[in-house]
Amino acid sequence: MKFFRSHILIGMDTPSVLQGAKGVKEALISELSKKGLENEIKVIETGSLGFSGVGMIVYTEGTAYENVTINDVAELVEEHLVKGRALTRLIAKGKGAADVVANAEEKLLDGQVRIVLKNAGRINPDDINEYIANDGYEALGKVLAQMSPKQVIDEVKASELRGRGGAAFPTGRKWEFTYGTEADQKYVICNADEGEPGTFKDRLIMEGDPHSVVESMAICGYAIGANKGFIYIRGEYKLSIERIQKAIDDAKKLNLLGNNILGSDFSFDLEVCFGGGAYVCGEETALIESIEGKRGEPRLKPPYPPVSGLWNKPTIVNNVETFANIPQIITKGAQWFKKTGVEGSAGTKVFTIIGDINEKGLIEVPMGISLREVFENIAKVTKSGKKVKFAHIGGSSGNIVPEKNFDIKLDLATLANANLTHGSGVILFCSEDVDVVDYLTSISQFFKHESCGKCTPCREGTFRLDEMVKRLAAGNGSEKDITKMKELCEVMKRSSFCGLGQAAVNPFLDCIEHFADELRQGVKEEAR
Amino acid sequence: MACCNVDVESILNKYSPEKGNLMHILHMVQDASGENFICEDCMKKIAEKTGVPLNKLYGVTSFYSMFSTEKRGKYVIRMCESGPCHVVGAKDVLEAFKSELGIEVGETTPCGTFTLETTACLGVCAVAPAVMINEDVHGNLDPSMVKGIIEKYK
Repeated sequence: MKFFRSHILIGMDTPSVLQGAKGVKEALISELSKKGLENEIKVIETGSLGFSGVGMIVYTEGTAYENVTINDVAELVEEHLVKGRALTRLIAKGKGAADVVANAEEKLLDGQVRIVLKNAGRINPDDINEYIANDGYEALGKVLAQMSPKQVIDEVKASELRGRGGAAFPTGRKWEFTYGTEADQKYVICNADEGEPGTFKDRLIMEGDPHSVVESMAICGYAIGANKGFIYIRGEYKLSIERIQKAIDDAKKLNLLGNNILGSDFSFDLEVCFGGGAYVCGEETALIESIEGKRGEPRLKPPYPPVSGLWNKPTIVNNVETFANIPQIITKGAQWFKKTGVEGSAGTKVFTIIGDINEKGLIEVPMGISLREVFENIAKVTKSGKKVKFAHIGGSSGNIVPEKNFDIKLDLATLANANLTHGSGVILFCSEDVDVVDYLTSISQFFKHESCGKCTPCREGTFRLDEMVKRLAAGNGSEKDITKMKELCEVMKRSSFCGLGQAAVNPFLDCIEHFADELRQGVKEEAR
Repeated sequence: MACCNVDVESILNKYSPEKGNLMHILHMVQDASGENFICEDCMKKIAEKTGVPLNKLYGVTSFYSMFSTEKRGKYVIRMCESGPCHVVGAKDVLEAFKSELGIEVGETTPCGTFTLETTACLGVCAVAPAVMINEDVHGNLDPSMVKGIIEKYK
């Protein structure tokens, strides 16, 4: 085996690729060989580093660079790798960049903690050996050798892990339902149909650490007694599909998937399914319908999937991020996991932070951090330099929080008490420049398009909401539009068949509450 | 609907023709068409092999926004119009695509090269506004970049 004195890890996730990571990598390799360093320094692709622009980290020093362009490469190689001094002008700032990666699991200055993203940006996601070298598949080995299915479920229950897809259902209890249901066949499904606008955390988890999802699904299969799993990835996520498929293939070669895993009686097989571009398929029963080759329309609940899901067999459907927590809960224990977070909301939450800020990207923070802390410690300022006006949390179906309410803590209990939703894991910051009513038109348009049409309140409601909002945005509205909008939202919330229609109204109700004046500006002058 | 000359049989041989593989099969057939659609002939063959009635199959195909039963361009341009892209100027970029191509949303250029569509979030919001052209994503767009992007595909 060849030894290298240094390794350069370059973030090769979708946003990085779009900002030129491939070109930078090629330039780096050619520059290194020009200097005769190709046998001393190895360039490795990794997942999202969470920096802006093209990011990389040079090990063993752990120096993190961001916004690297092809033009910087020669200087960087000359300064850092030949002369041995860091190129200060490109050193990553903010988000505790270097620390985040170098001191994973430790609390950091800007409040980030890495559990789910432990490996993202540290290992080569396409190399199963790097995952294994970082304690990968240890949890699977442990459950097969030392734990009964019941013990696995008890451990997950004790960790108080709750679903990270939006509904926050206790994961251990869900597993217990399926464990306790007698059936000749059970299934495990990973919901990777990440469609909530603004959210791309699952994509970056799959691109950065695909084996954590694969391992966790096998553990779930063992716990509930399933021998077959599906990862349903949205069709647009090509790189995620490739990386997960490679992870599955590699795991099969090492008998970490397949028949009699690691010599035990347990067999588990995984398959990738992909979606066709339908937001509603993120709803678990719609997703199941889609895997069955049908239109992705939600089913009547109950029965819930843990009792009757795919092909009417007991089925666990968990989000990517939920699964990514499991291996460490098994190896380090539920008590360790509960040390992070707050009462009732154990662990961390991965968010994508976007909008009018400089530090866009992926963060992982302990549950219970406040929105203001996220803004002031991590996002810091708006990119435009304008005052921040509101944050839209949890995606299009989430809540719009005006700046005056930024002190709210982002844990499940606090949010629920304030009648807010935790959502999928996105925070969109908007400055004063953003016209709330114009912004609402993009949301109403989205829901009008994505409503599956199965139930009337949602199919007609999203359509009418869109009409009213667009009338107001054009300055052609009436007072009645605003009062009717509120009534319609209440009806949709109560009577829609699934979460789509029930949650679609959230941002509209928030705007009626917090930005009524701006809505009223859309009323025609003669009607005021 | 004209036939797209896709070798449906070989695709159906690759994936066993069961309902659980329907999404895979539809993606494969559409990708093989070169014109980003699934023609009636192909649908009939898929229906016959999988045992899914043709009307149900049409229901499935028309449900998902990535599939089309009408001929589309060689390249499908899917412009994100969700909130995160909207607040950083997606509308202006869409207008630039319209005027550069001389078509409206939902239309195909007369040469059959491009179809312009709008789509929900593509999940690359760190580089909003973004567009997906077939399988490539382009981000951090402003209207002035549109011409150059289209040139690359001509």
